This record gives sequence, C-alpha cells and structure tokens, in this order.
Amino acid sequence: MTFKTVLLGATAAMGLATGAMAQDDKTKVGFIYVGPIGDLGWSYQHDQGRLAVEEEFGDKVETVYVESVPEGPDAERVLTQMALQGADMIFTTSFGFMEATMNAAQKFPDVKFEHATGYQRADNVSTYSARFYEGRAVQGLIAGEMTESNIIGYIGSYPIPEVIRGINAAYLQAKKVNPEVEFRVVWAYTWFDPAKEAEAAKALIDAGADVILQHTDSTAPQAAAQEAGDVITFGQASDMLDYAPEPRVSSIIDNWNQYYIDRVGAVMDGSWESQDTWGGIDSGMVEIGEITEAVPAEVKQAALELKDKIAAGEVHPFTGPINKQDGSAWLAEGETADDETLAGMNFYVEGLKGEIPQ
Amino acid sequence: MIRLERRPEPSRAWTIATPFVAVALTMLAGGLMFAVLGKDPVEAIRTIFWDPLFGDFASYSRPQLLVKAGPLILIAIGLSLGFRAGIWNIGAEGQYILGAIFAAATGLAFYPAESWLVFPAMILAGALGGILWAMIPALLKVRFGTNEVLVSLMLVYVAEALLASMALGLLRNPEGMGFPGSRNLAQYPSAANLDLIPGTGLHWGVALALIAVIVGQVVMTRHQLGFRVRLAGQSPRAAVFGGVNPGWLIVVCMGISGGLAGLAGMFEVAGPAGRLGIDFNVGYGFTAIIVAFLGRLNPIGILLAGLLMALTYIGGELAQLQMNLPLAAIQMFQGMLLFFLLAVDVLTAFRFRMGRRVVA
Repeated sequence: MTFKTVLLGATAAMGLATGAMAQDDKTKVGFIYVGPIGDLGWSYQHDQGRLAVEEEFGDKVETVYVESVPEGPDAERVLTQMALQGADMIFTTSFGFMEATMNAAQKFPDVKFEHATGYQRADNVSTYSARFYEGRAVQGLIAGEMTESNIIGYIGSYPIPEVIRGINAAYLQAKKVNPEVEFRVVWAYTWFDPAKEAEAAKALIDAGADVILQHTDSTAPQAAAQEAGDVITFGQASDMLDYAPEPRVSSIIDNWNQYYIDRVGAVMDGSWESQDTWGGIDSGMVEIGEITEAVPAEVKQAALELKDKIAAGEVHPFTGPINKQDGSAWLAEGETADDETLAGMNFYVEGLKGEIPQ
Repeated sequence: MIRLERRPEPSRAWTIATPFVAVALTMLAGGLMFAVLGKDPVEAIRTIFWDPLFGDFASYSRPQLLVKAGPLILIAIGLSLGFRAGIWNIGAEGQYILGAIFAAATGLAFYPAESWLVFPAMILAGALGGILWAMIPALLKVRFGTNEVLVSLMLVYVAEALLASMALGLLRNPEGMGFPGSRNLAQYPSAANLDLIPGTGLHWGVALALIAVIVGQVVMTRHQLGFRVRLAGQSPRAAVFGGVNPGWLIVVCMGISGGLAGLAGMFEVAGPAGRLGIDFNVGYGFTAIIVAFLGRLNPIGILLAGLLMALTYIGGELAQLQMNLPLAAIQMFQGMLLFFLLAVDVLTAFRFRMGRRVVA
C-alpha cells in the first residue's frame, strides 16, 4: 500500500531516534478511551487497569493514553500517532473503535492491538469483553425483590447486543423472583452524557419506576434517584460508592486489571497471541460491588448465592425454557444459550414490552 | 482614565493583526496554564503548534491536517456568506448529517455494483440532502418570519435522531453482527473517497474546500451576489432599496451553506469515516462557526483558520500522548484562542483613548 511507503519513509527518517528509544527496553503500552477518565464509569475502570499495569511492571513499562477520542477517523489518527511513537501494544477500549483498530493494525503489523467488546480479529488484534450479563442477573434479582411499584426503569445506551443481553438477563431474573415486574427501557444513545442520563432517570421515575438500572457510564442517574428519594440504583462499570448505601445498593464493576497485566506480560515475554477472551464473574473481570444494608438480609443472601452459583458454573443466566418476545421458542427446558447467539443478541425475551429500535 | 472610543471606520491594520495577537496571547496564557499544571510550557506549545508540522512524524500528521481541516473550511465558507448578510445558519451540523445520510443511502443503493456514476450521484445526493435540510429554516423564515437561529439549531437534534435511526435500521450493515452502522463505503471502490494523490490526505472533499475558498473569494469581491450580501449585512434597508429581495437572499445563502455542509458530510462518510454510524458527526458543523469568525468571514482567512483549528486538534492529541496533558487542558487552550480573538477584536472597531470623554 502507498500509505505504507509514506510510513516507511517516516520511519526511515526517524531511524536514529527510534533506535535510541528502543534501547531503553521499556514496553510502551497505549490506551485510547471513548470518555474522560474522570467519568467514574467505563473509561475510569480501563484507566484503573492502566495504572495496575504500571504498578505491576514499574520501570519496565511506559503507558500513554488519550481520552475522549471520537469513534471514527479521529480514533484511527490517534492510534497511528501512538504506533508511530513506538507503542508496542495498544488497548482500544470501546466497540466503536473497531474499524480504526483494524485499519491501524494493518498498517502496523508489529504492534499488538487489544480491542474491547468487538468481534473482528487479526494476527495482531485480540478482542476481549466481560460477561456483564452475569452481573445483570444478580442485579435483576435484587431489583425484582426490592421494587414496590413493580416498575423497573432501565437506561440503555445503544441498542447493541451487549446492552440487550443485559436487559434480558436482568429481566429474566427479576421476573423469576417477582412475576408482576415490568421493565421500562429508555434509550439514551450515548455512553456518557450526564445531562441526558439524568433526564432519562427522571422520566423513568416519573413513570413510576422505583428501581433504576443503567447501562450508561455517569453517576447522573444516581444523583437523580437520590434527589427523588425512595428510588434505588446500581453502580455501572465502576462501584459508584459515593451514592451508597442509598440509592446505590450494589454495582457491577468491570475489573480489567488482571487481564491487562496478563496481556502486557505476554507481550513482554513474547507469548502474546491473537485470541478472544470473554471473562465472567469467575475470572474476576465482572465483580459485584458491595450490597448495602438498604437491601434486606435474605435478599442479599439470595443475591450472593446466585453470584456464587454463576461463578461456579452451576447456573447460567440464560437457561430454558425461554421464549423470544414474539412468543417463538428460543431455549428448551434446561437448555443454555450458546455464546454465538449471546454475542449477536438482537431480540427481547418474552414478557419485555416495547421494541428494540431498528 | 482609559476609555474606548469607536473608530470612524474599522481599522484595516487591526483586522489583519488581531488573529496573530490572539494566537500570541493564547500561547502566553496557555503556557502559564501548562506551567501551573507542572508541564514545561515551551515544550507543550511546541508540541501543539510545531510537532504536527515539522516534528518527527510530520509526514503523517501534515496530511491529517488537511483531512481534519477540509470539512471545517468547506462548511465555514458557506456559513460566512450568510453571516455576512446577517443570516445565521447555526445548524450546519444537521445539514452535514443529512448530506452524509443522503450520500450513503445513494451509494448503498448501488452496492455492490461498480460504476463510475456512483460517486457523482453521491455528490449530488449529499449536496441535495444539505440543501433540503437548510431549506426548512430558510422557508419558515421567509414565509412565517421564524428565527433561523433557533430552527436550524433545533433541527440538528432531529438530524441526530434521524442518523441514529438510519444506522440502526434502514442503512444498517446486514453483515454487521447486529451492531449499528452501515457498510464501510471506503471499502466499496465505486463509492470510496480516497486520496487523489495517495498519502497526501488530499481527497475530493479537501480539493473542493480549496476550490470553495477561491470561488468564495471571487464571489465576495467581484460578483453581484457578494455585493448584495455585503449590502444586506451592512444595511438591510439600503439593500431593499437597492433592489435586493431579502427572501431571495435568505434562500440563496441558506441553500449554499446547507449544500456545502451536506457535501462535507458526503466526503466524510465516503472517505475518512467510511461508515455511517450513530456517532458519525463529531461537531464539524459547530466548530466551523468558530472557524468562520476566526477567519473574519473572509475566504482566505477561513482557509488559515481551518488549518489552525486542525493544528490545535492534532497537536493537542500529541500533547496528550507525549506529555500526559489532560484533554480538559487542551480544550481550555482551544477555548482561549476564541476568547482572545473576540477580546482583541475590540481593537478593530474601537481605539483606546486617555483622558475624559469630550461631549460633542
């Protein structure tokens, strides 16, 4: 490709400088984030992973990051700049960076890329994600037990499989403990926009919801619930402990630390290979944040039991019989969902109202 | 006492000098901020302004400047025409989105057939999308006297909702594993807007932006339309007496700015962005307003302002990368630029006088 020749020219001209850089033997690891690292949610947790890598390897690594990178051509430019400046490995921490990651990976075959929540891989591109739906099931149990209005509000970000999976998992478990329960889903079309998220939370509370689940990254829904009173929430991506013990009664924490340490370690010792990782509660990638005293002891007990059973592999959140929303059969009695269906999930399960935006 | 006195005529010297003074002041104040943050201010400013142009990897970032500046310049040229006439199209972002939707839909309608006709059809569709979206505030203003600032701005949010609906529905990639977003047009040869000369960043959109600068300059200085625009901006009443139909002027100015914004969207979706995703628009339509004013609503000025703006974006990323400067500091820095420009602007229309006001 012609682009390569340009890059080759650049690298040739830079030969001396890059050679000097390589001598210090540090592994340079780059991170690009879709939000600000101060979002206290998704990007914050990835940055915690970056810090864990620094802590683990000390002088042997150098990390760099760029925050709030728009998904699209800007991301590709940032990735290229990172690679040009000698990054050995780059974590691209949002689904929307997929195209940019693949393009940059093609230009820099020697740089290892790790793309979060995507599905395209290459020799130098791995993908990784977490089974957040396992945590959603635990949330659903608490939500179903705690609601008095039987209306549970759910703030969705984008109608993509990961989010739909979470809604389904939470609903199935909530319905199991409370057959009267009803879900109201609002799509915010953003991962991080405190104003929009607060608005969505308020609308749901006005509609009678006394439990709010969120798949967006800011703490704005927590603040809205606190203001309204008598509404409980769950931390998303990070613990959001500032809002405990109420409204935040528990949380799903994305813990990337160990994965990042392992993968950076693999690059250092040369054992890195392209792979697809989907870690759950058992691997520690999905953590359930402390369940506060606002939750009755027996509910807390049941929630922790469910969590342990999921971790042990005894319970799968998607176990039949489950029908799709239109009434057609999906899983037979005792059958569990396969990863491929889960990865591309684009339907609601039976009982959920409303339509997935198409 | 120091007081401000209105100049009889805006100072020509200051009109040219203020952008440079503003950049210098931004460097000073920004440097101070970087120093307070514990970073070397000279290095930070060098990273932002120098490295993208002449740094180690400038052969990559220089073309990227064009890619980033192209849509800004194209949109800003269109906007400046209306702004000069006192017609405030604030919704270029929406027209940009509609241009991209129309163009992507046209391109995808032909997929996977290959023909040289696809690309020109997309260009026409992109321009049409932008024009149609701009006609809503234009015609509402002409017919009912609505405020075009409000209507065009609000239509941005409608356009964003439309974009989300397209990315999730009609234009969604059927092979995209259920994820939102269209097929990648950059990988569809007939629709791809690639570099005209590989590796230069000079795609059709950038070329058109440069042409727009030249045409804009000619129109403003030598064409009757430019005369009418300037007349309407300076004195709407005089313009009416001079035979300028205000309704006609609104439709023409909004149409041109909408069309150029639509074209910018078309070239972006077919080239650098490739796909029409939910987050396709990243604020070019709004930033172009800043570019238009930074460039004094003058085509050559806009060209330079667009490049400067792109420079602060790309340099800002480098500063984050190399110096671990937080994004917020970079955004502050960009904000300072506009702030100082507007502040220094006072000097073109006013002058400082010592002493007390003499009542005439």
